[in-house]
Amino acid sequence: MGRTALLETADEAVAGIEDGATVLVGGFGLAGMPFDLIDALIRQGAKDLTIVSNNAGNGEVGLGALLKAGRVRRVLCSFPRQVDSYVFDELYRAGKIELEVVPQGNLAERMRAAGAGIGAFFCPTAVGTPLAEGKETRTIDGRDYILEYPIKGDYALIAAQTADRLGNLVYRKTARNFGPVMATAAATTIVQVTDVVPTGDLDPEAIVTPSIYVDRVVQVAARHYTVEGAR
Amino acid sequence: MAYAEPVEAPMLADQPLTMDELAKVIARDIPEGAFANLGIGQPTKIADHLPTDDQGRATVILHTENGMLGMGRKAEGDEVDPDLTNAGKVPVIETPGCSYFHHADSFAMMRGGHLDVCVLGAFQVSERGDLANWSTGKPGDIPAVGGAMDLAIGAKDVFVMMSLFAKDGAAKLVEACTMPLTGVGCVSRVYTDHAVFDITPDGVRVRETYGISLADLRERMTIALH
Repeated sequence: MGRTALLETADEAVAGIEDGATVLVGGFGLAGMPFDLIDALIRQGAKDLTIVSNNAGNGEVGLGALLKAGRVRRVLCSFPRQVDSYVFDELYRAGKIELEVVPQGNLAERMRAAGAGIGAFFCPTAVGTPLAEGKETRTIDGRDYILEYPIKGDYALIAAQTADRLGNLVYRKTARNFGPVMATAAATTIVQVTDVVPTGDLDPEAIVTPSIYVDRVVQVAARHYTVEGAR
Repeated sequence: MAYAEPVEAPMLADQPLTMDELAKVIARDIPEGAFANLGIGQPTKIADHLPTDDQGRATVILHTENGMLGMGRKAEGDEVDPDLTNAGKVPVIETPGCSYFHHADSFAMMRGGHLDVCVLGAFQVSERGDLANWSTGKPGDIPAVGGAMDLAIGAKDVFVMMSLFAKDGAAKLVEACTMPLTGVGCVSRVYTDHAVFDITPDGVRVRETYGISLADLRERMTIALH
């Protein structure tokens, strides 16, 4: 027995997410996006959310659907503007959503820092650019750095391929992307997986996210998502 | 010993190069065994021209910042797997010996100086190697940076692939960038349809030209060319 709760439905998995929460949402485009958890979050009704994710939704599925439902107040992401991000684009142009653009590696490292107990770190990315404005700088060994602070989530919603009943996780190909980092950076980490196996069935050498980071797991049907929907 | 007078940059083609031909030129200059990132957009064409060994395997290992080393070509038909894409979200395939890792590791690999070369597109490059490629700075544009700033300061060599002249005829290799910067002093070489330029501490040196003489190039550009 571990502390990780294995839940029957995605609705149970997202229970308790409060209005105003900061939610880290995995995925790079559609790869690794926790569609079932996001759909459940829309049904659950939490609003005024701050979403941290690489993109700001594709079409009207997943994160795009959450944005369309009007539940998001603020987005931190690296690449909001895409060919199919029209839901975000309209909200942004109408002044209905706040945006903080963060270089992709800084987004990942700021969450890593949150999960690793680092108070802040000096980073060379974005030095001399508009995204460094207002940030503290330091020259170390002749190179310039800017001070970056952690991004901590109240919740992380991520997708993995397989969990054991303790909550250890294995991902699939480039759908791994932000999952392992976000799992460490949130107070409560909620994971959707397509397979659950008995404890002991995962090769300990191949476990990517150890169960200590995982609070809730729900098994969902394997589905192939496109911006047009699931099949 | 006495040095010969510098040889004027040779004109190696009668016409400016197409982007495909330019991709071939860049592929030629990426050494065997290198770890390389080809960004998104035009530079991804370079992958089609990289050298291969006698078994047809690429001898350059491609990194994609969404978390993979050993990225293969674009996936076709049944090979398409929504869990396996490149940084442009285009489905790709694996190559033997490929590996996956999470985003913080992927960018640590980049920021930590482990990649040999990356090739990026650009709106403007300055003669000191400043890069502008993420925002036109026009009011109303939605800012989106992705991994551009991380790539710009990460790889040992940052190459730019772009057309030399904008639609209005102005050269995009300039004294100082007027568009918002992506990185400062980070570009080492600029590949364009009309010429290849090295950014050196002594200024911009022309390596070779295509369909234009060095004299004509000097005429059309505002910076000093060596």
